[in-house]
Amino acid sequence: MEVAGEVLQSGSSQELHVLAVDDSYVDRKVIEKLLKISSCKVTAVESGARALQFLGLDGGKGSLGFNGLKVNLIMTDYSMPGMTGYELLKKIKRSSTFREIPVVIMSSENILTRIDSCLEEGAEEFLVKPVKLSDVKRLTKDCVTRGETEGKDGGRVDKRKLEDDNHTSSSSSIPSSPSTTTSFGCGLATSELPLSPMHSSKRAKLRDRD
Amino acid sequence: MDLVKLQRQLVDYRASLYHECVLDEQFTQLQQLQDENNPDFVVEVVSLFFEDSERLLNELTKALEQQSIDFKRVDAHVHQLKGSSSSIGAQRVQKSCIAFRNYCEEQNVEGCLACLQQVRIEYSLVKTKLEYMFQLEQQILSSGGSIPI
Repeated sequence: MEVAGEVLQSGSSQELHVLAVDDSYVDRKVIEKLLKISSCKVTAVESGARALQFLGLDGGKGSLGFNGLKVNLIMTDYSMPGMTGYELLKKIKRSSTFREIPVVIMSSENILTRIDSCLEEGAEEFLVKPVKLSDVKRLTKDCVTRGETEGKDGGRVDKRKLEDDNHTSSSSSIPSSPSTTTSFGCGLATSELPLSPMHSSKRAKLRDRD
Repeated sequence: MDLVKLQRQLVDYRASLYHECVLDEQFTQLQQLQDENNPDFVVEVVSLFFEDSERLLNELTKALEQQSIDFKRVDAHVHQLKGSSSSIGAQRVQKSCIAFRNYCEEQNVEGCLACLQQVRIEYSLVKTKLEYMFQLEQQILSSGGSIPI
């Protein structure tokens, strides 16, 4: 696992490698484009099962994807046949190898209980579809910031330092909950703020789509 | 072919699509993602949408013809169609799917059949209009012009 981490952190501005999971062809094509424009390497798969296979979580090759690149971010659709994005999220967060990878859930349905459950399970963010370029740019920028911080500290991150870094770099007024320490992250965020549909906090990016 | 006239025609045609809610803001987002490296991006995504939609419409027709209708299955297909139409900005298709899902939830066969009909109509509309729009764009490009924003 340490070896995989070093592969990307040795250089200066490394491209993020994002694993996108969506059963819709159309959505995969769009998210792939959004990510490429945001200077990311993309692997797009059509199901949770394929995502786990790619990650090697089904007993395959360990933490390196098939092409040998560490995954820095996972963006998954919520409603998929077979394994939902929520189930995929749980599997990833329960894996000692992969739980540090930020997972973003995308859904066309703006359902509070759904958003809550995802955030509680450790999702970095919940995006309402259709996903915009500005969402992807912001997300990937935050990931790069987080990655650079981890690199400097040699993998061990002081949670307070990370919050301060994110606080100054992001436009949101709320410090982001680092996904590297799942025991802190979402628990802290949930207790901080009441969740309401009109509340546009970083942790629940709701868009009015009526 | 008068290039300026063609370009004007395209601009007006596009505007009408938005005005009639055949397309919405999401389509504009897609157009903004297109660049010289990927000049056919919009056409490619829209083609995927057409393929996907036709498959789903066929599945829906079959599912609703069954003796014992599996409404969950019907709903799943409509959900997919709603999603992809939303992703390309085909607003009228998307909206007709919303009504469809309500009837699925109520397990109302008549309602579902009526909605399927409506979705087909909206889909044909957006397909015809987008194909015509792409044709106009091609004509402009072949005449050596550029597509107006």
